[in-house]
Amino acid sequence: MADHLNFKNPQRELSVHRQRIYVAFALSLLMALALIGRLAYLQIVQHELYTTQSDKNRVQLEAVAPTRGLIYDRNGVLLADNQPSFSVRLVPERIKNLDETLALIGTYIPISKDHLKRFHKHHKKRRRPFEAVPLKFNLDEKEISSIAVNQHQLPGVEIAADLIRHYPHSDLFAHALGYVGRINEREAEILDPENYSATHYIGKVGIENYYEDSLHGRVGYQKVEKNAHGRIINLLERLDPTPGENLRLTLDVRLQKIATESLGKRNGAVVAIDTLKGDILAFVSTPTYNPNLFVTGISQKDYSALRDSRDRPLFNRALRGQYPPASTVKPFIGLAALENKVTSWNYSITDPGWYKLENDTRLYRDWKKWGHGKVNLEKAIIESCDTYFYGIAHKLGIDPLHDFMAQFGFGERVGIDLKGEVKGILPSSFWKRATRGVIWYPGETLNAGIGQGYMLTTPLQLATATAILANKGKKVYPKLFKNSQQEPGEAPQAIPLQQQEDWLKMHDAMIKVSHSLHGTARSAARGAKYKIAGKTGTAQVLGIGQEEEYDEEKIATYHRDHALFIAFAPADRPQIAIAVIVENGGSGGSNAAPIARKIFDAYLTPPENNVPLHKLPPQSRQRATINPL
Amino acid sequence: MKQRDFFRSLPIDGMQPQRRLSISQATHIDTPLFAALLLLSAYGLTVLYSASSGQMHVIERQATFLGIGFAVMIVAAQIPPMIYKRYASFFYLLGLILLITVLWKGIGAKGAQRWLALPGLPRFQPSEIMKLAVPIMAAHYFSKRIIPASARSLIGAIIILVIPALLIAKQPDLGTSLLILSSGIFVIFLAGISWRLIFMGTGLAVAAAPALWFTMHDYQKQRVLTFLSPERDPLGSGWNIIQSKTAIGSGGIYGKGWLEGTQSHLDFLPESSTDFIIAVLAEEFGLLGAVVLLGLNFFIVARGLIISLEAQDTFSRLLAGSITLTFFVYVFVNIGMVSGILPVVGVPLPLVSVGGTSIVTLLAGFGILMSIETHRHWLSH
Repeated sequence: MADHLNFKNPQRELSVHRQRIYVAFALSLLMALALIGRLAYLQIVQHELYTTQSDKNRVQLEAVAPTRGLIYDRNGVLLADNQPSFSVRLVPERIKNLDETLALIGTYIPISKDHLKRFHKHHKKRRRPFEAVPLKFNLDEKEISSIAVNQHQLPGVEIAADLIRHYPHSDLFAHALGYVGRINEREAEILDPENYSATHYIGKVGIENYYEDSLHGRVGYQKVEKNAHGRIINLLERLDPTPGENLRLTLDVRLQKIATESLGKRNGAVVAIDTLKGDILAFVSTPTYNPNLFVTGISQKDYSALRDSRDRPLFNRALRGQYPPASTVKPFIGLAALENKVTSWNYSITDPGWYKLENDTRLYRDWKKWGHGKVNLEKAIIESCDTYFYGIAHKLGIDPLHDFMAQFGFGERVGIDLKGEVKGILPSSFWKRATRGVIWYPGETLNAGIGQGYMLTTPLQLATATAILANKGKKVYPKLFKNSQQEPGEAPQAIPLQQQEDWLKMHDAMIKVSHSLHGTARSAARGAKYKIAGKTGTAQVLGIGQEEEYDEEKIATYHRDHALFIAFAPADRPQIAIAVIVENGGSGGSNAAPIARKIFDAYLTPPENNVPLHKLPPQSRQRATINPL
Repeated sequence: MKQRDFFRSLPIDGMQPQRRLSISQATHIDTPLFAALLLLSAYGLTVLYSASSGQMHVIERQATFLGIGFAVMIVAAQIPPMIYKRYASFFYLLGLILLITVLWKGIGAKGAQRWLALPGLPRFQPSEIMKLAVPIMAAHYFSKRIIPASARSLIGAIIILVIPALLIAKQPDLGTSLLILSSGIFVIFLAGISWRLIFMGTGLAVAAAPALWFTMHDYQKQRVLTFLSPERDPLGSGWNIIQSKTAIGSGGIYGKGWLEGTQSHLDFLPESSTDFIIAVLAEEFGLLGAVVLLGLNFFIVARGLIISLEAQDTFSRLLAGSITLTFFVYVFVNIGMVSGILPVVGVPLPLVSVGGTSIVTLLAGFGILMSIETHRHWLSH
């Protein structure tokens, strides 16, 4: 070979080189043409596809959450509003090392394990790319500035301003208003995905839940030009959301406050109803809780404290608490007996302090050991004589008693605008066979006659029945919020009595409960400038044996009797009906009646400086995202 | 007899003094090449202005490096090719020493150790030296051998280019390593190695590709996987290629107009000032703009190949061809990867992508090309 000779051949070399250069040139030309072909394919053939892709990239149709409707009391006092709240959020797509960033944020503002747990929970959920995941809500000024100052070290971390539900009266209205909270996965499945596409919060319980549809409003849209980081560069088009409806409730912040304060640390419930319109003026269940805690997610510690408390603050006693009505049923039983002609206003007995059925050795005791002496119906109401009512209940029988009482709404839901209402129990022989599978015993009728035994009512039922009683049988349909459509309904039904004057006579007896020498509620009504018609009740929590005596001192607090009081006022021209229950409160006259008195005073004798009617503020606030830098 | 001696022995009156005084001959600048490079740089700056969203400091920095690059190019053009040949081994060995140094004394960025900070010198990448030292060394190697090159002479050439390629791949900087490898391969190709060997080598490379897979870093494997199917992870590793194709495709024939590219200006396009700048150009100036760019580049390649054809000795011919073809590889690989026909390897678009010393190296290479073109001896017959 030529190599061996180590001899150059310039002619051969030149021709080989030329040949190679030509090949290289041809190849380069081919490759350049291939590139042009590729570009032409992308830019001509696939041009439309990529134009769409590019527009989809930059132009996004975004849902805009409507502002949630505000809630006012009957006088226009704000009960629930939306306040700007600052939260720190992370866009995971823009963060290289999530754990490092979280740790770094932790050095600027306090981040608890709870925060991290909830953050990771949110992070795992389905979400759109570049959607921020909240880490901590309700930042204070100092926290905001700590994050803002160090923003350059925290790419993908942003501070966002949101409108967050706020309850200015804190725990005062918790059981009526309920609260909103972040939409969970179960709720997300049943919600209208379009209308809720920008909404993060939903009414969980109470009014917030019942009127969710009106409060929420209608979603809006905006067409925006966004950059790759999800930051809005340009607003192209906008269809404003329809803000949620403002609700003006029937509640009165003044009465609510008085009722809550008078219950104080005791567990119980107060329901006050406008007898004419059925407006619920006060709706109180104690103990209560701070609904603001739930809005952005309650911490595990706070939640278990509420859940595990023996006093059950999350339990809505006014709506769901079922109590024996005890002697508060006596006016209704009395009317039932009159209507069924088993007694009359003149009929009287001599009370030995007990009642005994024929063929039965058991003694049904009166609360007064030695008896009330000679007792007619009026005195039996005033002094709350059990023996008299054992007698008329026995003569009446359970089924006529049930049928009459049912007209007042006992044993049925009142139909208030809150979810979760319970029925209570208005027993009958049919009910007992159906639920217990055994026949009704006559002795059980006696217990029903004094509102004990199987009979259970809710405070809401009691207040409603009291209002009907005050209205002389005209029914009321209590509501916390009245739709304008519902307002001009048909004339309400009335309970017919054979003797219409029985209503007034029963009212008189109930007035004497408060305003006569032996009335069980006389001390609570002392000095009132109007007449109160009431009835006390003391419900047994613990069964007392035949020979045992009830000794308050010896019994644990939660085994003590419940104190009850129902009343309406002014007695001659009723405007407001109230039911009060104080759990383990002892006697109704001395423990429940004074609470009703305070509410009556507040409602019927308005203070000098009336609460001004607040103008409804305009709803112009929108969601805003701020960039602190 | 060495070629140098051959020319020395030529009669001096064979030269033509008039031709020597032409501008090109006097300044040692090749006018067509110079003009094309200048145009390309200006075009690049225009695109970069848009790609960097009008950040003047980016433009100023790029202009500064271009200025230095052109100055170095002019200086390099003054040096006769024989000097390069004479110092070929020196450059090459110096480069090797620096490459070894960088492996245990280098400065890292993004997980790769590529920079060297020697006292009294600005920070630089030793691999830049090798971009020129390897083709010079290889050309020098073949200039002493019979052309067309024999199979035996191939062994030495392969050693010359594989050692630096491996050292650079170890940094790791696969892109530069492959470019340096290809610059050496071009010398071998131009040296006239037989077609049989070329096909065998190609076959061997294809067969070795799977083996290469197992020596790759995770991020490199990721790039290959992404190339094969960018939709696999559209928000992660596939993002770049999807967005660059979107930018190019949405540009259409005439483009969206200068500074009007939404893909780059809204930050959808990553690396828009560096490796992916052609996508900005194609989005804003359309297919026409891209064809103009390719035309300019191809003109430069054609001019380089002509210089190689006109060169008067083996060393110059091989070196000019290798520098030119390597330049074209830059262009092809860059546009190919951005338009989605090649996997993503970190190769900039010459004179358009934002760059530092790489611009200087590139222009220095063109300086050598000009030197080869303008130091020719004019024979009387």
